[in-house]
Amino acid sequence: MLYAFTGGALFALGLAATVVPGPSLRRVLAFNVMGSGAFLVFVGLAQRGGTPDPVPQAMVLTGIVVAVAATALALALLRRLERNAPSAP
Amino acid sequence: MNADLAFDGVLAAGLLWSAAAALLGHDRHRAVIHFIVFGLLMTLAWVRLSAPDIALAEAAIGAGLTGALLLDAVGGAGAAGSGAPASRWLVLPLAGAILALLAALPAGLPPAATALPAAVAAALPDSGVTHAVTAVLLNFRAYDTLLEVAVLLAALLGVLAAVRCEQRARLSAAPVLQATARVLVPLMILTAGYLLWAGAHRPGGAFQAAAVLAAAAVLLALVGMLEGWSHPPLRVRFALVVGPWVFLCVALPRAEQAVLLYLPPASAGGLILLIESALTLSLGLALAGLFLALLRGTPGAGGAR
Repeated sequence: MLYAFTGGALFALGLAATVVPGPSLRRVLAFNVMGSGAFLVFVGLAQRGGTPDPVPQAMVLTGIVVAVAATALALALLRRLERNAPSAP
Repeated sequence: MNADLAFDGVLAAGLLWSAAAALLGHDRHRAVIHFIVFGLLMTLAWVRLSAPDIALAEAAIGAGLTGALLLDAVGGAGAAGSGAPASRWLVLPLAGAILALLAALPAGLPPAATALPAAVAAALPDSGVTHAVTAVLLNFRAYDTLLEVAVLLAALLGVLAAVRCEQRARLSAAPVLQATARVLVPLMILTAGYLLWAGAHRPGGAFQAAAVLAAAAVLLALVGMLEGWSHPPLRVRFALVVGPWVFLCVALPRAEQAVLLYLPPASAGGLILLIESALTLSLGLALAGLFLALLRGTPGAGGAR
């Protein structure tokens, strides 16, 4: 249960850092932190009784792979943006 | 009980601290290092939550591969980026509202979770494997896994379309790194094979094995034995699609059933192993490709750092 609350706090922190305009790399990091927070909430709430639940664990496994794919795509788009418009933050 | 709570409390505090340090700092390199630390602490959190499969995947993919991608991204040139404008503190009420909402939510939940664990345990003998998470991933919720592989390949396509990598293979001059790679890479391939095989009855499976293979590819790229992807050759493209293709062939309804993705209990174990083997190859290549297509390194990478 403690981990569910930690996940909620991480989600709020990541959301705040994503919304604030700033360096794009920070927003990619914030998106990842948001994702990790959401996963913690998911599994933490599902296992608050103490018994491990395999269905949310499988879904979080899927989510981690999708998150890394999205991060790589975001980094590729950022690099392309840098090349096309070097002065844009 | 007290020691457990103390450990969990320290771990949760460490998670929040490293995430805040990653997001609130000004130095890009330090932010990425803090993020890698955050990923490793998340691995510990997953172990504490009795989720060893997620811990394996988080360590290899979340902390390892994402960390490698980010380190490569900040290692190149580029402006440091301007600081946030003064109006950024307006976001604090938003964050506070979300936090309050999330903290108040569990009060209305029933004391125990749903009946899913019992349902999975009841259907486990028919699934072909004895590990619950593998059964859910590749049998009960196989549709999600099939679409996830498609998403990963689509992201790889997007990365290849957006950048063009000009990194050539150039052996790094650092002898310790080379010797380490020569020893570690065969061991990593062996570990990936073991994880693939062990996924049927203990934590492991195709994703973790693919992540270890991708990490071996990252190590080889750092040493200089693998060059960056700009136009992958035909056999690489074939190997990338063989995973989802095998998955689709197994998924398509055959004569005696009208349902997509039905695995008959008699042959489910063999079919799952077949799908997982093909998926390990394709996913390992796709995850490695995500890194290799973005590979930039530093121009004078003679090894000294």
